[in-house]
Amino acid sequence: MTHGTHGTTDLMGALFVFMLASFIGLMAIQRVSRLLHTPLMSLTNAISAIAVVGAIIVASGAHQPWWVTALGLAAIFCSTTNIVSGFLITDRMLKMFKKREGGK
Amino acid sequence: MNLESLVQLLYLAGTALFIMSLRWMSDPETARKGVLSGVAAMALAVAGTLAGVLATGGTHYLWILGAFVLGAAVGYPLAQVPLTAVPQRTALSHAFGGMAAGLVGTGKFFLYYGQRDAAALTPFIMVALVAEVLLGFLTLTGSLLAAGKLQEVKWIPQRPVTYPFQNVINLGLFSLALALGAALVLHPLAPWAPAAFGGVLVLSLAFGVLLILPIGGADMPTVISILNSYAGLSAVAMGFVLDNKLLITAGALDGSSGLILSIIMCKAMNRSFTNVLFGAFGQTQAQGAGAAAQAYKEDTVESAAQIMAQADLVVIVPGYGMAVAQAQHKVRELYDLLKKRGVNVKFAIHPVAGRMPGHMNVLLAEAEIPYDDLLEMDDINGDMPQADVALIIGANDVVNPAARTDKTSPIYGMPIIDADRARTVYAIKRSKNPGFAGIDNGLYFLDKTFMLFGDAKAVVGELGRHLSGEGH
Repeated sequence: MTHGTHGTTDLMGALFVFMLASFIGLMAIQRVSRLLHTPLMSLTNAISAIAVVGAIIVASGAHQPWWVTALGLAAIFCSTTNIVSGFLITDRMLKMFKKREGGK
Repeated sequence: MNLESLVQLLYLAGTALFIMSLRWMSDPETARKGVLSGVAAMALAVAGTLAGVLATGGTHYLWILGAFVLGAAVGYPLAQVPLTAVPQRTALSHAFGGMAAGLVGTGKFFLYYGQRDAAALTPFIMVALVAEVLLGFLTLTGSLLAAGKLQEVKWIPQRPVTYPFQNVINLGLFSLALALGAALVLHPLAPWAPAAFGGVLVLSLAFGVLLILPIGGADMPTVISILNSYAGLSAVAMGFVLDNKLLITAGALDGSSGLILSIIMCKAMNRSFTNVLFGAFGQTQAQGAGAAAQAYKEDTVESAAQIMAQADLVVIVPGYGMAVAQAQHKVRELYDLLKKRGVNVKFAIHPVAGRMPGHMNVLLAEAEIPYDDLLEMDDINGDMPQADVALIIGANDVVNPAARTDKTSPIYGMPIIDADRARTVYAIKRSKNPGFAGIDNGLYFLDKTFMLFGDAKAVVGELGRHLSGEGH
């Protein structure tokens, strides 16, 4: 929302967050069973639609050329498509994974 | 508490929920909780962002609402596609993800440029902007092309497209984009900067196409994973541009997921990233080691059914051919009939079977085959010598013994499912042509192998009919 305040501290903080989040991601995902790799990919697809945050910020800006707003709106459209279809299809797939009845 | 802190707290909670979401995906028992947690995280993120822009004088709310509604209206049917079309859908949504990042980056650059905002366009922000646009737009066109190949759109070539100096041209264009990007980083407010930015944009779009043109179907699982990773990294770059830690975290989670999946896929094919991207698989090896002259040995479905009925252990090896023929429900019927006769039935799933990671598992789960019977390659190979029958349904390269024995084969060294170690092999195959990678398969010419030619769905259905009718 604000800009022009990117000091070195912000930059370093952002890099730290990136590094830590990458390691958390690598470790969490290494544990995912191969069985679930397709749902995993559609889930992370929906998660990467977090770009919607940036899209809203760009689309909502006042005092800017109309076409910048239009780019933001188009980006909101793309991200929302991914959010809705990504989460829905992941859940639809996961519902199908069933264990053998009676455990064994 | 001021509003900015509230927004950040919402983002913080969202970040935690995203991490839990992935954590819960590790087990089929908790996976659906993971989806719920992801939805909650996304809701917090959107709510926080809207609250933030609302307080700082944002506008265009009706338009934004409209974009949300339109996105949901397109997204909903995209979630209802048949599961055989999931690889295309996934590629398409990578394209949407890349496009969103590219558009936001473009908007931000021209906004700052128009405002002559030198304080905003620091070298670091410019690096992030160029990365965002480059990754975003190459993901857009690359994924669209991949989706087109997967959907088998008529005017898109299925086989790898190669031409002389392909890699030189690709690398040249990429270097040009990087050079323009570097110039932008150094002089973001130069009069030529918008033109250079446009150049980066166009080159990224072109590079996405050129990168995917030489990729064949067998490499799709790897390429989809790499594109997944790019879409995540472009969100990370956006996070750096907007100084938004939630974007950085969620993007990094997506990026690392794509990275791990790509590594797993590459290992499963015994190839490196560079080899997948620049190797143009399946072009050079038209001639196998003299195997081409051999004749297939066919058998009737009837006798195949008889052999299977008398087996103790039948291992089914599914491949892309099962997906194409939508044969999973017929496979389930066969599975039930064999089980009823006391035959032990297992599925051997190769990591790169199909067109995306985990493709076979989802199709078989759709047919309600319990996931306890879906075994990974490493878990089933030890049991293969005890299997009375290996039934290959539309799989080819993942059971090709040349990977173990023939040093001249392009797939030499790739881990395979040892179907050739079963006592008898039945292979259902669409046609007598070699598989997607264009490599002859010695498995089909072994003494113990019998071919059942035809559409996988029809042949498996036929097998089921013989098994159910044989009891009298």
